[in-house]
Amino acid sequence: MNPKRRTRLTVVLFLLAGAGVSVTLVLLALNENINMFYPPEAVVGGEAPVGTQIRAGGMVLEGSVDRDSESLDVSFVLTDYVGAEFPVRYSGILPDLFREGQGIIVQGELNGEGVFRASQVLAKHDENYMPPELAEMSAGHQKKPNPLNYDR
Amino acid sequence: MSFASFGDFLAMGGHGLYVWLAYGSAAIVVAANVLSVRSARRRFFRQARALERQKAAQAARSVDSNQMPGEETK
Amino acid sequence: MTVTETLKRWWHQLGSPRWFYEISGPWQTGFAVLALLLLAIGTVWGLAIAPMDYQQGNSFRIIYVHVPTAIVSQTVYMLMGAAGLVLLVWRMKLADMVLAAAVPFGMSMTALALFTGAVWGKPTWGAWWVWDARTTSMLVLLFLYFGLYALRQAIPRNEAAGRACAVLALVGTVNIPIIKYSVDWWLTLHQPATFKLTEAPSMPPEMWLPLLLNVLGIYCFFAANLIGRLKLTILERESGTRWVRELIAGRSP
Repeated sequence: MNPKRRTRLTVVLFLLAGAGVSVTLVLLALNENINMFYPPEAVVGGEAPVGTQIRAGGMVLEGSVDRDSESLDVSFVLTDYVGAEFPVRYSGILPDLFREGQGIIVQGELNGEGVFRASQVLAKHDENYMPPELAEMSAGHQKKPNPLNYDR
Repeated sequence: MSFASFGDFLAMGGHGLYVWLAYGSAAIVVAANVLSVRSARRRFFRQARALERQKAAQAARSVDSNQMPGEETK
Repeated sequence: MTVTETLKRWWHQLGSPRWFYEISGPWQTGFAVLALLLLAIGTVWGLAIAPMDYQQGNSFRIIYVHVPTAIVSQTVYMLMGAAGLVLLVWRMKLADMVLAAAVPFGMSMTALALFTGAVWGKPTWGAWWVWDARTTSMLVLLFLYFGLYALRQAIPRNEAAGRACAVLALVGTVNIPIIKYSVDWWLTLHQPATFKLTEAPSMPPEMWLPLLLNVLGIYCFFAANLIGRLKLTILERESGTRWVRELIAGRSP
């Protein structure tokens, strides 16, 4: 490689490295804010602000879903299965994928008593896909779905 | 085959609108990518040929007008 | 002839637009035929034959257009970054042409990935759009494509436009690992990758085989489309040269 090209290559690689480093620093500085929602431990631990619009997420605790028979009111508990959980109240139509054990993200306000009043409920799907027959067969020994990535 | 009838296939278990919107938009984008290259290529050759003809006509005219005064001076 | 000499000769020939124009015709046809076959089989398989998902039902079939377009839009951007590097360091004409010719395809595929994502998000998540790290970084990719397109239009001189685009393309590649790892680095609504290099896919073969066909098909389609656009760009930029004028004259009107 001739010296002119070598110089140009060095300059270009420095440019790329500079861009990479600055973007990394910005992302590290913003790290918490890039998360789309507060996990249950942050809601319970007081890291999530009270009285403002936020998003929180967790898994719908089995047996916690309580639907009002006369209205669209519903209440359920979101958990991370490792000790932190919080109650949610919502009035409206739930997404098709809403069910017990499903990852859910709620948007709304946390009140002083630790109850989350949701104005929107979103279903979080995990990366596992399978045909219905296969799902029935493996239901017993299925690994715990983990759409919140708590293994990190 | 995953569907019992053609009607079932179109309905997509109630999700027909979403599934067909996705596949329809993909078909449009694929077709647009094919057609835009083809039409741009045709346009290029049409314009290039028109330019060549124009140049040829101009050259012929300038040959004529150069010869005429030449003949008059004889 | 040694291997390095052969490689060197190829490298120099790659710099010749005329050489590329003359050898690429059969490649374009080959890729187009392959693309048609793969996409036709993959799409019919995915739409009608593959089983539905146990949770999502048939809206799961959107995966067969969403994933291929999302993958190819990022690959095209990486290719443009590489072309930008080659242009900045080696000043190769063909690299500049790749940089210009790949933009429309990549831009349309990014838009399609975002649109099919929205259409899939509505029945699955319950919202057309959310601002999480994955969707936002994909939107940034679309804006990078817009930027490359606008920059080319805004600078009239080919050489200056090429270099400006090369810098933008190269710097923009920083966004690609952010898109890929956004679902692992931050809490997002979008699920993590189903396919990982180190693990078996979280999906049975009757579901991922049609997806594989469509991914390969869209790559072949990109190759054919890129060659088509490159040939056109070569004609436009070399329109004053003798070989292009002979080519124009030789085509019966």
